Amino acid sequence: MNIVVLVKQVPDTEGDRKLDPSDRTIDRTSVDPVINYIDEFAIEEALRLKEEHGGDVTILTVGPEQATVSIRKALSMGADKAVHVCDEALHGACAIQTATVIAKALGTVEWDVAIAGSEATDSRMSVVPALVSEVLGAPQLSQARKVSVDGSTVTIERVTETGFDRVQAPTPVVISVVEKINEPRYPSFKGIMAAKNKPIEVLDTAALGLDAGTLGLVNASTAVVSFEVAPPRAAGQVVKDEGDGGVKIADYLASKKLV
Amino acid sequence: MAEVLVLVDAVDGKVKKSTLELLSAARSLGEPSAVVIGADAAALARALGEYGAARIYAVAGDEYGRYLVAPKAEALAAVVEQSSPAAVLVSSTPENKEVAARLAFKIGSGVLTDAVGLSGDGTATQSIFGGSVTVESKVTRGVPVITLRPNAVAAEPAAGAAEIIPVEVTVSDAAKVATVSESVVEAKGSRPQLSEASVVVSGGRGIGSAENFAVVEKLADTLGAAVGASRAVVDAGWVPHTMQVGQTGVTVSPQLYIAVGISGAIQHRAGMQTAKTIVAINKDPEAPIFELADFGVVGDLFTVAPQLTEELAKRKG
Ligand SMILES: Cc1cc2nc3c(=O)[nH]c(=O)nc-3n(C[C@H](O)[C@H](O)[C@H](O)COP(=O)(O)OP(=O)(O)OC[C@H]3O[C@@H](n4cnc5c(N)ncnc54)[C@H](O)[C@@H]3O)c2cc1C
Ligand SMILES: Nc1ncnc2c1ncn2[C@@H]1O[C@H](COP(=O)(O)O)[C@@H](O)[C@H]1O
Repeated sequence: MNIVVLVKQVPDTEGDRKLDPSDRTIDRTSVDPVINYIDEFAIEEALRLKEEHGGDVTILTVGPEQATVSIRKALSMGADKAVHVCDEALHGACAIQTATVIAKALGTVEWDVAIAGSEATDSRMSVVPALVSEVLGAPQLSQARKVSVDGSTVTIERVTETGFDRVQAPTPVVISVVEKINEPRYPSFKGIMAAKNKPIEVLDTAALGLDAGTLGLVNASTAVVSFEVAPPRAAGQVVKDEGDGGVKIADYLASKKLV
Repeated sequence: MAEVLVLVDAVDGKVKKSTLELLSAARSLGEPSAVVIGADAAALARALGEYGAARIYAVAGDEYGRYLVAPKAEALAAVVEQSSPAAVLVSSTPENKEVAARLAFKIGSGVLTDAVGLSGDGTATQSIFGGSVTVESKVTRGVPVITLRPNAVAAEPAAGAAEIIPVEVTVSDAAKVATVSESVVEAKGSRPQLSEASVVVSGGRGIGSAENFAVVEKLADTLGAAVGASRAVVDAGWVPHTMQVGQTGVTVSPQLYIAVGISGAIQHRAGMQTAKTIVAINKDPEAPIFELADFGVVGDLFTVAPQLTEELAKRKG
C-alpha cells in the first residue's frame, strides 16, 4: 500500500508571526519555519501503516524553497521519498489553488492513501484535505483519531463533538488525522543520515501542466484587504485572594451583567 | 433584496443557537433564507421564522447522515444554483468548514473560515495568529462562502415568513462512498456544547487530578456553562479530548471564559483569546493568563472556585 503524506511548512507558533505589509501574505521569513505540528502525526501514521502493510511513503509539500528543510526532516523520520512543488507563481495561493496543485501533484505518484493533518497552524482553515478530496473525486475520511486498513477498505474513527463516528471508504482515499492519533517518533541519527540521500523531486507548476497565469496572489479566490496588529487586551484587574476571591469574582460578573 | 443562504444546524430536532446567529448576521448582507438538509424542515420552521428566515429550502433524504460531508456539499450547491444568493453562511464546525470548502470549489468561488464579524459588503473579520492580528478579508469571485464562529454575532429575533420550498437533489454515486457505519456518543450530558456555549469554564493542570475536576464542573453547572480543559489535562487523561480548548483543540468565543488553574500558554490562548470577558484563577501571579484576563484572582483554586460557586448559587436564590 503506497502512502502520500501532505506536509506543510509553517511559521513556528512560538514566534511572533506576522503578515507582510507589502502584499498582506504570511511572512514566512521572520519566524523559524517548522513542519506543521499535526502533520508530524500524519507522517507517523503513514510510517505505521507502511510497517503493517508494506508499500512506500512519499512526502508531498507545496511551498517555497526553504520547505526543503522540513521535507528532509520528514524523510529522516522514515519516509522514502518526496515531491516538492515549488514555484514563485504560487506565492499567495488560496486554499482552493493549493488543493488543486496538490491534486495535480498526486497524479505524479502511485498512491492508495493520502494522509494530511487536520489543520495547519498558520491558516487554521481545516479545508485542504476536503478540497483535495473534492478536486480528485476521491472519498474523504477526515478528522481521524484512528485509522485501520483491511485490504482496500480504510476505516477511521472520526472525532465528533460528542464522541466519534466510524466511517469507511475504499482506496484511493484522502485522510486527515488529529493529534490524538499517535505519538510521532523522533528522527534517529541513522534516519537523519539516510535522509540526505533520499530523492526529492522538485516540480514547478508547468511540470504539473498548470498555467502559472491562473495561480498565485492575483488569482486567489480570497484576499486580505487590510489587517492590523490586534491591540493587546486592555489590562484587566488582578487581585490577590484575601479569603474573599470567589465573592470578588461574583461581584465582578454581576457588575458586567454576566450573571 | 438579495437572498443570503444560511445552512441550518440542528440537534435533536432543535435549531442550534449558532444558526440563529447566522440568520441575524445574514441580515446585514440581504434577506436570510435557511437551508435544511436531511432533517425535518417543518419541525424547524417556527424557530427559523422567528429569526428572520424568509424561505426555507428543504432538502430531504437520508444520504446526508449516512455518508460523510460530500452529499451535503452537493445539496447546498443545488440550492445555490436555484437561488443565486448574495452569500452562503455556515457556522464554523469542522464538518461545516469541509462542506463550505467543497461548495466554494463547486460553484467557482472562494471560502473564508472562522469569521468573527461580517459587514454589509461581504467583508469578513478574522482573528489570526492566536489572536495577535485582525484581518479583513473578501472572497474575490462568485458567491462568497463564509464560516462564522459561534458567539461572534448576537442572535436577534426578527419576523420571517419561513416559507418552505422543497428542493429535489439527486446525490451522485461518487459522493456516496465514505459511509458512516456507526455514531458513538462518549460524553453526552446536559451541559451545552463547548464550541457554541456562551459561558465556558475550563480547568488546567492546577486541578491536580480527575477527581478534583468536580471543582470545575460544579462551577460550570451553576453558570449553565460548558466545561473545557487545557491540553495538559487531556494528556493526563483526566477528561476526554473533545474538551480540549486551544490551537489543537476546540476554538471557543464565548461571552465569558473562566480559566481555573491554567497557565495560559500561547497554544491555549489561541483557542480562547476572542472570548468577550476572561476571568482567571491561578496561584501564580506571573501566570501569562493574567495578561489577558479582564478579572483575575491570585489564589488557591480549591478555595476560590468553590467560594465562587457557592456565592453564585446563593445569589441565584
Ligand atoms: C503544538 C502544540 C499544540 C498545543 N495545543 C494546545 C491546545 O490546543 N490547548 C492547550 O491547552 N494546550 C496546548 N498545548 C500545550 C500548551 O503549550 C501548554 O502546555 C498547556 O496549555 C498547559 O496546560 P495548563 O495551563 O493546564 O498547565 P500548566 O502550564 O502546568 O499550568 C498549570 C497552572 O495551574 C496553576 N496552579 C497549580 N495549582 C494551583 C492551585 N491549587 N490553585 C490555583 N492555581 C494553581 C499553576 O500556577 C499554573 O499556572 C500545545 C502545545 C504544543 C507544543
Ligand atoms: N502547501 C501545502 N502542502 C502540503 N500539504 C498541505 C499544504 N497546505 C495544507 N496542507 C495539508 O492540509 C492540512 C490542512 O491544512 P489547512 O486546510 O490549511 O488547515 C495540513 O495539515 C496539511 O496536511
